Amino acid sequence: MIRFILRRLLQVIPVFLGTTLLVYYMVFALPGDPIAALFGDRQPPQAVIDTLRSQYHLDQPFWVQYGLFLKNLFTFNLGNDFTGQPIAASLARVFPVTAMLAVEALAIQAIFGVAFGVFAGLRRGGWFDSTVLVASLVVIAVPTFVLGFVFQLVFGVKLGWAKPTVGANADWVTLLLPAVVLGLVSFAYVLRLTRASVSENMNADYVRTATAKGLSRPRVVLAHILRNSLIPVVTYLGANLGGLMGGAIVTEGIFNVPGVGNKLYQAVLRSEGPTIVSIVSVLVLVFVVANLLVDLLYAWLDPRIRYDQ
Amino acid sequence: MRDKEMTTPDVRIDEAGTTGIRPLLEIRDLAITFKTGGGEVKAVRDAHLTIMPGETVAIVGESGSGKSTTALAAIGLLPNNGKVSGGQILLDGEDIAHASEQRMIELRGNTIGMVPQDPMSNLNPVWKIGYQVRETLRANGRPSGPDDIAKVLSQAGLPDAKRRANQYPHEFSGGMRQRALIAIGLSCQPRLLIADEPTSALDVTVQRQILDHLETMTNELGTSVLLITHDLGLAAERADKVVVMYQGRVVEAGPSLELLRNPQHPYTKRLVESAPSLASRRIQVAKEQGVETTDLLAPAAETAKSDTFLQIQDLRKVYKLRQGLGKAADFAAVDGVSFDVRRGTTTAIVGESGSGKSTVAKMVLQLEKPTDGRILFDGVDTSALKPAELFKFRRRVQPIFQDPYGSLDPMYNIYRTIEEPLRVHKIGDQASREKKVRTLLDQVALPQSAMQRYPNELSGGQRQRVAIARALALDPEVIICDEAVSALDVLVQAQVLNLLADLQANLGLTYLFITHDLAVVRQIADHVCVMEKGRLVETGSTDDVFESPQQDYTKALLNAIPGAKLMLPPEVA
Repeated sequence: MIRFILRRLLQVIPVFLGTTLLVYYMVFALPGDPIAALFGDRQPPQAVIDTLRSQYHLDQPFWVQYGLFLKNLFTFNLGNDFTGQPIAASLARVFPVTAMLAVEALAIQAIFGVAFGVFAGLRRGGWFDSTVLVASLVVIAVPTFVLGFVFQLVFGVKLGWAKPTVGANADWVTLLLPAVVLGLVSFAYVLRLTRASVSENMNADYVRTATAKGLSRPRVVLAHILRNSLIPVVTYLGANLGGLMGGAIVTEGIFNVPGVGNKLYQAVLRSEGPTIVSIVSVLVLVFVVANLLVDLLYAWLDPRIRYDQ
Repeated sequence: MRDKEMTTPDVRIDEAGTTGIRPLLEIRDLAITFKTGGGEVKAVRDAHLTIMPGETVAIVGESGSGKSTTALAAIGLLPNNGKVSGGQILLDGEDIAHASEQRMIELRGNTIGMVPQDPMSNLNPVWKIGYQVRETLRANGRPSGPDDIAKVLSQAGLPDAKRRANQYPHEFSGGMRQRALIAIGLSCQPRLLIADEPTSALDVTVQRQILDHLETMTNELGTSVLLITHDLGLAAERADKVVVMYQGRVVEAGPSLELLRNPQHPYTKRLVESAPSLASRRIQVAKEQGVETTDLLAPAAETAKSDTFLQIQDLRKVYKLRQGLGKAADFAAVDGVSFDVRRGTTTAIVGESGSGKSTVAKMVLQLEKPTDGRILFDGVDTSALKPAELFKFRRRVQPIFQDPYGSLDPMYNIYRTIEEPLRVHKIGDQASREKKVRTLLDQVALPQSAMQRYPNELSGGQRQRVAIARALALDPEVIICDEAVSALDVLVQAQVLNLLADLQANLGLTYLFITHDLAVVRQIADHVCVMEKGRLVETGSTDDVFESPQQDYTKALLNAIPGAKLMLPPEVA
């Protein structure tokens, strides 16, 4: 197991180099001059432009820029963005907010998705199953920005149950409403996945054998149906965590959440290579760790999966 | 008491001497209905059955006869769409046909135990064996410490039980899993044990050990057993009484030997005639008496030619087994096997799972490359074939595989399935190919109307006929049958074996028959090669091997055929 984890962590190196190189190159190839964009309509003196260009190494060829970026990264000095702020400091501001949002959304999906899915799967074709299926279809079909605005209006403005926007001081309570919106779509998928998996496993031979042993119904469901049904669901949730950490541009935008999505969006608008690549680097790490966790959870859920061979 | 007509309501077996003792289980007029898309289907009707304390009763029948459904009803485990629509299930006088779920949970495990059919799918793969035993003990209020678990497992014949309890099902062999399931079924010492085909997925020798052990255990505990099986020989050998079910009805019931010697109902008669385990005895008896042998043996005798068609010389196949840290160990799946196959004859390779018999078949089919040794086909070394020659070779050698459900493409209709090899080999045009397909369907006795149907609309036997037709499409000379009849019910199996024998007589085919079932070998093969752990341990003509086996392993295999020890009077044959 230790060997497996080490091997997986070593894989981070090529993945990391590959993704940052690719993203860096794409930013480099973007049309438009980021320095000119900084000054808007005004035309700065040529000397200022030249100073800024050399300060941000924009006058260097691509490989030198990329090399300098890597060097900075490994010396834990991400440099400043074009507004002069240290990148590391702004990342340290946005990631905790997005992480809170992602964890909340994931918890909502996992807890409600699995619970509803199990009940629907056990009584397939019953009223609960039918209602939940139609409702989840609606959730999947309606775009997030519509859901977001509707929730904001109904729960934030009309009912006043939650703050309609999050603003600078994000905490667990204020993030709840955007987390619900963010989690809803995946909640529908988790529900359907769990439901399908449960109703398939219900008819498995070992479930019948478990009943024949004289076990009570709750015990059969928990020990023999649920655990086996979680395997595909866990894969989905793990992949989803990576996606959620990447920031939800739309949801963060609607609720004015100062998170990764917002930051990334602004950096792209300004062609700020170093900021974009720094965010992507952290995301690569998050993805790799999330996938590793999924694999470990997998092995725990299904002992037939062994990674040491 | 024996009923002669299936309409007679009372087929209960009353034995002299047991009157006054209340039966442990009595099933009266049982009817079971399933709700399906096409309306209600009566799966069981007017079923009767009586089991006295300590007695073993077997229900025999083919798939779909309602034997498993009847047994499942007795433990309240009918599928959701099934229900008892009439009659009574009396357990020690209490009618449990419509008992509450709570009452059934009380009874299951403690009073009624079950050993299910397929050891591969009946243990939950995510829990340790010990855990699955423990929850059984716990649910029925019995001590469930590590020692209790080990005791239960070792009583079922599992060696080193304490350590084994900490393993997962996938670390167990099929036989060990079945022992674990028997341990679970008997762990709470139920008064009635329902054993649903408890060994049909296992090798014959393992089957014998497990059934012996089950018999010993149930005798010691005084448990009554309801044994469900498709094998009449096995039923007769293991049970005091046999109940024969056909299309949801009990057609005949009686003491085992009596029923076997003197079957009354036409279906039972057919079953006795076709049971492979009994047929092996039947052919032998017929021959001893100088009676003309059955048509199953005749074609081989007629067409037996002396020229060697297929020569297997010192064949070896070594697989690398990974053992971590980049190390690999050699595993010889096939180790120095040599034998000849003569034109127009049937050679059977027999062995248990893991003996390497299927690997030999794959190498002959050129689906696996031998590590060492040669395969001469019609005098030509097959390993030297160029791609174009290999393509021609494939036309002459065709396979039929075990699983008729898996070996046909579900998206191809029957016409396309049979026509495909002709198309691949660019034989004829559209019209002549269609004519050929029609001829082939005739040869395998399938109606022309089957052409437009899809595999899932056909029965297992029909599918295997389709597989045979497809194999015959290219007019091959050799057919390799890898467990080609193992997945079929006995009656269907007998039909398919007869079909293969007919085709051999008419077309002069050469068969290489891979099977674990010696009873089938007796019916179809001229020569037998017995394999054990990759080696050829015995070879000879079928008669020689069956009448005077030289090796202990062969003897053990022969002894393990269920029903082989039953003495049948000649008139049965």
